[in-house]
Amino acid sequence: MPEPPVNRRKDAGPSTLAVHAGEDRVKPGFAITDPIFAASTYTFANTQAIVDFLEGGQVREEYGRYGNPGEKVVEDKLAALDAGEASVLFASGMAAFVGLLMAHVDAGDEILFFDECYHRSREFCRKHLTRFGVGFREVRTCDYEAMEAAITPRTKFLISESPTNPHQSVVDIERFAEIGRRNGVLTLIDATLCTPYNVRPLEAGVDFVLHSATKYLGGHNDLLAGAVTGAADLLDPVRNLRGIMGGVNSPHNAYLLERGLKTLALRMERHNANGQAVAEFLASHPRVDRVLYPGLADHPFHEVARRTMRGFGGLVTFFIKDADWRQTAAVIDAVQIPRIGPSLGGVESLIEQPMVMSYWNYSPDERAAFRIPDNMVRMACGIEDADDLIADLAQALEAAE
Amino acid sequence: MEFRTRAIHVGQEPDPTSGAVVPPVHLASTFVLPAAEGPADYDYARTGSPTRHAFEAVAASLDGGARALAFASGMAATHCVSLLLKPGDHLVTGTDIYGGSWRLFNNVLTEQGVAITAVDTSDLEAVRAAIRPETRMLWIEPIGNPLMSVTDVAGCVAIARAAGVLLVADNTLATPVLCRPLELGADIVMHSATKYIGGHSDLLGGLLVARDDELGDRLHWLQNATGGVMGPLESFLCCRGVKTLELRVLAQSATAARLATWLQQQPRVCRVHYPGLSDQPGHDLARQQFHGGFGGMVSFEIAGDVAAARRVVESTKIFRLAVSLGAVESLIELPAVMSHGAYAPEARQAVGITDGLIRLSVGLEAAVDLEADLASALATLGD
Repeated sequence: MPEPPVNRRKDAGPSTLAVHAGEDRVKPGFAITDPIFAASTYTFANTQAIVDFLEGGQVREEYGRYGNPGEKVVEDKLAALDAGEASVLFASGMAAFVGLLMAHVDAGDEILFFDECYHRSREFCRKHLTRFGVGFREVRTCDYEAMEAAITPRTKFLISESPTNPHQSVVDIERFAEIGRRNGVLTLIDATLCTPYNVRPLEAGVDFVLHSATKYLGGHNDLLAGAVTGAADLLDPVRNLRGIMGGVNSPHNAYLLERGLKTLALRMERHNANGQAVAEFLASHPRVDRVLYPGLADHPFHEVARRTMRGFGGLVTFFIKDADWRQTAAVIDAVQIPRIGPSLGGVESLIEQPMVMSYWNYSPDERAAFRIPDNMVRMACGIEDADDLIADLAQALEAAE
Repeated sequence: MEFRTRAIHVGQEPDPTSGAVVPPVHLASTFVLPAAEGPADYDYARTGSPTRHAFEAVAASLDGGARALAFASGMAATHCVSLLLKPGDHLVTGTDIYGGSWRLFNNVLTEQGVAITAVDTSDLEAVRAAIRPETRMLWIEPIGNPLMSVTDVAGCVAIARAAGVLLVADNTLATPVLCRPLELGADIVMHSATKYIGGHSDLLGGLLVARDDELGDRLHWLQNATGGVMGPLESFLCCRGVKTLELRVLAQSATAARLATWLQQQPRVCRVHYPGLSDQPGHDLARQQFHGGFGGMVSFEIAGDVAAARRVVESTKIFRLAVSLGAVESLIELPAVMSHGAYAPEARQAVGITDGLIRLSVGLEAAVDLEADLASALATLGD
């Protein structure tokens, strides 16, 4: 059998896949890059062409909400990067998450979470899916016995992030997948923080991998997108429902995502290196109480991380020693290079205080339940020079003293 | 701040009204003025616009210049520089230069009464000998194209200064990551931003970076008068591109060095041109002049005729057969008929661009994949 063309191979190096996977060798106009099809609808030569299309004889576009050529390229590239059969692109990570669950859960089903998953994901299930008779349960992150014990005949999905955000717990994905398989339950890993460069959860046996492509995959803080990747037959209903619910990505966005993916391997190498350097610096700083980063030897999940991850990403969580929320905020307000803001995964470093940025409207008791102390800082290292980031953090920690 | 940090942050101050971490793309062609006369940041987009200025700010910072100007293409930038010359002036250029520049100099400027002398600028004696009393400009490429010759920028600066001649460096192949001619004393740096600066094969652009404000202002006057400016969407994509410039160029240089060494060992390859190889004439100078690598461009000659060279470039699977360079995808081409087809045939032969010369632009793919691709393409030559 002839070797498949480079754009259809899944065994090439991660940077080769990032540049070429999913793209046709010969593109419209013989252009080296894919065109942006800024079309809302697609025309047919005549009525017979419509009939042929509806009868399934021809693969082509029909209307923008059902698909766009640029979107398909990105989907195929994402599928190749994650070693999956197919991928479905959405307007945001949340749209992808909601789209996946809406396509697969029925009234009476239950969803079981590790409890450090993105709070908006859990909020959707806890507040909204329950209105449709879908049960919501959660167990402590990485407590695999508790998870298995919580499975009932109604359980449909096991869901976790890895690493979790901002707590940086690293899931043993093979073990997680095995629990799902043993109990006949679908498994989903939100791999936004690790990206396919650091971990490929489908290879560890999970059914679906989810990404907020807004983060590392897009990589430039200039687009919103989400994707779910897995087996084609399990994603067909997701794609169909997307066409009905309508949370599709725009053609312009899809192009920027495709462009961003081309440097994914390079950027991730740098994010990994910066994350490690910043974490090590902070761990040795007298004003820092504790650092959560999977690449540090004292991290509770360091062994799992070392075994399963190529690198540990750009996100570093740390705690200012003996600081209340205002003293912690003073450190954040003193940094010069990272911008203050939510999100992560872009070339520009970002910094924030989760208590303020994401949990301001929760009571102290609720924040305690979320394990979000007032002195917690989350830094999303970009791809600047590590020396500059470290010097900046050093002066901020000193200035705010 | 260091190069890469500036590449990400200069000109990218968050938008003060919305806080957006990436500044908005301003498509406006004209700007509402506070008064009929008097100062305004912007009036008409040919003169300047916010998104173009953001790119120009980071470009000036990366090349260490006073002012940068963004153009619709590299040739628009080159043409703008050439407008500093007037009839009767004399221009000295390299011989191993981009074919489009060669065409502008030899087929357009000559028609306008500018005299041209092309010399091998890697030979400083030849450069010195070419200078005449009416010489006004010396045009060099620190890494030549397509033969990858290395020109001594500081040496040329000394000659140009002594003669009162402007030194312009087309730094497209070396990029400001590896070489910053302004820091070595050059007057103007030119880039085809289409290449490494944009870096993704999805825009056309040119750049001029001037050493001081006076020269920058003169070039801006000419740019505004002739109008070949970069558009807002390309400016945005260039800002996005330079954020990964250093990562890309260092990775491409490392892969190119490995491929060049490998090519040297192939029996069907009779000559490899790459400044990073220790047996190259410009290697010692290159080690001194370029920082972090020797660039992502490699050319080589095969034992065989044009038909054999065509077979090689037409049978790679990862390297795409296309002109241009500097992007994430690897490209392969035949300079004699493609990138340097604009040279007069006799000039091409005199310079050493043989019919069997193959040029590679090394992208970001895994080196092992590119090597395997070249191996199978070279195998078409038989034993």
